[in-house]
Amino acid sequence: MEFGLSNEQQLLESSLRRFLEGELSIERLRKVAGIGTGFDAALWEGLVGQGIVGFLVPEHFGGTGLALLDAAVVAESLGYHVTPLPFLASVVMAPLTLMSFGSEAQQAEWLPKIASGEVKMSMAFVDGAGQTGCNSAWLKGNMLSGHLTGVLDAGAASHVLVLLTDGRAALVDAHDTGVTVDVHASIDRTRPISSYAFSGAKAIILDAAADAHEAATRVIDAGRLVLAADTLGAAQFMFDRALDYSKERVQFDRAIGSFQAVKHTIADLATMLEPCRALVWYAAYAQDALPEEARIMALHAKAHVSEVGREVARLTTELHGGMGFTDLLGLHYWFKRIAFDRQILGAPEYCRREAAKVQGWLVA
Amino acid sequence: MDLSYGPRYLALREEVRDFIKQYGDQSPRTGGGRKRPDKRALDWQRLLLQRGYFARTIPKEYGGFGLPLDVMELAIIADEFSTAGVSAGIMNQGISMLVPTLLEVGSREQCAKWIGPTIRGEVIWCQGYSEPGSGSDLAAVKTHAYVDDGRFVINGQKIWTSSAHFADMMFLLCRTDADKGKHGGLSYLLIPMSAEGIEVRPLITMTGRAEFNETFLTNVRVPIDQIVMQRGDGWHVANVTLKYERLLLGDPNKLAHRLARVIELMRRTSLIGVPTIEIPEYRDRLLKLQGEVLASKFHGLRLLSEQSRDEESGVRRLIVKLNGTMIAYRLSSLAVDVLGAAGLSYEPKGEALEDDEATTWQIDNMYDIGLIIGGGSSNIQRNIIGERGLGLPREPTANTKSAQKV
Repeated sequence: MEFGLSNEQQLLESSLRRFLEGELSIERLRKVAGIGTGFDAALWEGLVGQGIVGFLVPEHFGGTGLALLDAAVVAESLGYHVTPLPFLASVVMAPLTLMSFGSEAQQAEWLPKIASGEVKMSMAFVDGAGQTGCNSAWLKGNMLSGHLTGVLDAGAASHVLVLLTDGRAALVDAHDTGVTVDVHASIDRTRPISSYAFSGAKAIILDAAADAHEAATRVIDAGRLVLAADTLGAAQFMFDRALDYSKERVQFDRAIGSFQAVKHTIADLATMLEPCRALVWYAAYAQDALPEEARIMALHAKAHVSEVGREVARLTTELHGGMGFTDLLGLHYWFKRIAFDRQILGAPEYCRREAAKVQGWLVA
Repeated sequence: MDLSYGPRYLALREEVRDFIKQYGDQSPRTGGGRKRPDKRALDWQRLLLQRGYFARTIPKEYGGFGLPLDVMELAIIADEFSTAGVSAGIMNQGISMLVPTLLEVGSREQCAKWIGPTIRGEVIWCQGYSEPGSGSDLAAVKTHAYVDDGRFVINGQKIWTSSAHFADMMFLLCRTDADKGKHGGLSYLLIPMSAEGIEVRPLITMTGRAEFNETFLTNVRVPIDQIVMQRGDGWHVANVTLKYERLLLGDPNKLAHRLARVIELMRRTSLIGVPTIEIPEYRDRLLKLQGEVLASKFHGLRLLSEQSRDEESGVRRLIVKLNGTMIAYRLSSLAVDVLGAAGLSYEPKGEALEDDEATTWQIDNMYDIGLIIGGGSSNIQRNIIGERGLGLPREPTANTKSAQKV
């Protein structure tokens, strides 16, 4: 029994962090944020180069066949550097969707393209992902129509995967004439939030899931888990900056970290934040290894880390005083990242409600 | 990450389960500890020691089971006893704090003399640390001892000495050298409570019970070899003890157990005819706490794993007390809220095990405040986390220049 990251996972983490530290300066981040697609081609190529884009894709389809714990490790690093990439939809949720909903032939066609980074997929849900707004979509033959909001990672997507209420999934070329995508800037400038209008768009229908509801839940829970890890990374960054700042910043002839008001706030933040990492690791591990705990753990990880993340974001911003509120330090990018992660795929209250259902505490 | 248990661990789990199935009904009820262990508790303790489910890693020569430390084995045993709701043995300050301290820094003779009777539950210890004038500033203790004719002669007053009214022994922090500075002049002594010159007076707490005592020491004489380590090492020894106390307070196993009790309570109680667990406001509070308990539980597993690899856990270990005691308090607060008006009744009996449900939760809720304060209050823990764990500068003390300026 071993609770912690393997040597391989630690290596993966350190090489990715080195790469992001080198590539993603605050100036670069500002530039990508200004573009607003949530995509940076050179960064994407870098991730392809590191083998990360295909790492959930099975080896025989050109990927590395790693587990969700590896995805969580990567997501934490991406969150730490507030990386603008369509990781969640394209690297995590799309391959899992194809692996559950696609036939062998469909998997053989699409998974290698995902693994090589050639296609980038956004993910849209008609139901069950805790999204707000009016969403409906339906198939007539193989033509998809409808309107979907709150779509992830659509900014530079070549394709969109739609999870339908009838237990099927539809794969649509984002440039099909029947598709209109509206990319809205979100609070998190590193990731837009989009809507799709479909009017008879040509869809490839994926209907091979043995239990479609279960498969859809698994995909969404994997997404929640990755969001929790992303939030953890962003919160850890904000914590680290605040800790450094409180040791450097001098007021009344003393480093502000020597004042108990500041010291105690930081101690409280560490006390909240540290256990989140063990929670995320365990929840990620459960997605692959402990099926009976997978749901409840994904829901609790998303809810709990979101709550802690919000506290960390606020208090670390406050600890920087007026500077925390300015654009100069760029701290707000992390603040907004945490805010985005909190809402997408179900805010904490929604996730806790789901967790109550899973445990039979809620009369249906 | 590998959370699977190998065949050896699975076999141990089966073995413990079989043991509990066969002997579990001989277990005393859990949750005692305000009195000396009775015959039932002592018999149960003897059985656990024989089987190696208690003091598993303590050397045989000191009355333990003598197995090498394997944190997973300990976790499996704790888990099985806690799940079955069966007593995992006597818990007191002697067993959980003094014994590991002696093993770490005590002499061979001290280990041989005290560990066996302590883990068998025959010798009960109390902790002589705090004083009316030195609570959080533990190094400021004024109780002092001088040597006369091969004996320490101790004078002073201690406070918050739980179990002092029935304890056999006290581990005591006192000043033996007035001129060696605040921390350097302290010593750690083991003294019999039957010694002449010790007076114990009960201290009534907010629960209405006398959980603590004030202890007065007047010319108490103990042999000079009753010191742990050397004269002047008291501060170091006291901190070894405190390390074990911090881990004890905030134990994630206890949180999981209490969470289970709150869930059970919320299924059983109702408000306007609806089970409380189905009322969204209460349910959401419960779920928030469940998330926190889970995070603490896996954090504990991570610490355990780090310990088994001999890794330093640093700040991760230091947060356990602050985090655990706050969650425990919020859990008992929810229970009290859920009980509503029915939960207001408060009729403590002599022994905790005789109390009704409302009284039990009310006492737990108040006692949790005591645990938040005891063993280094939350604000002291925040200083420890900030300074020792995260390297933040210390608060200037009164004799530094900048403080004088203020």
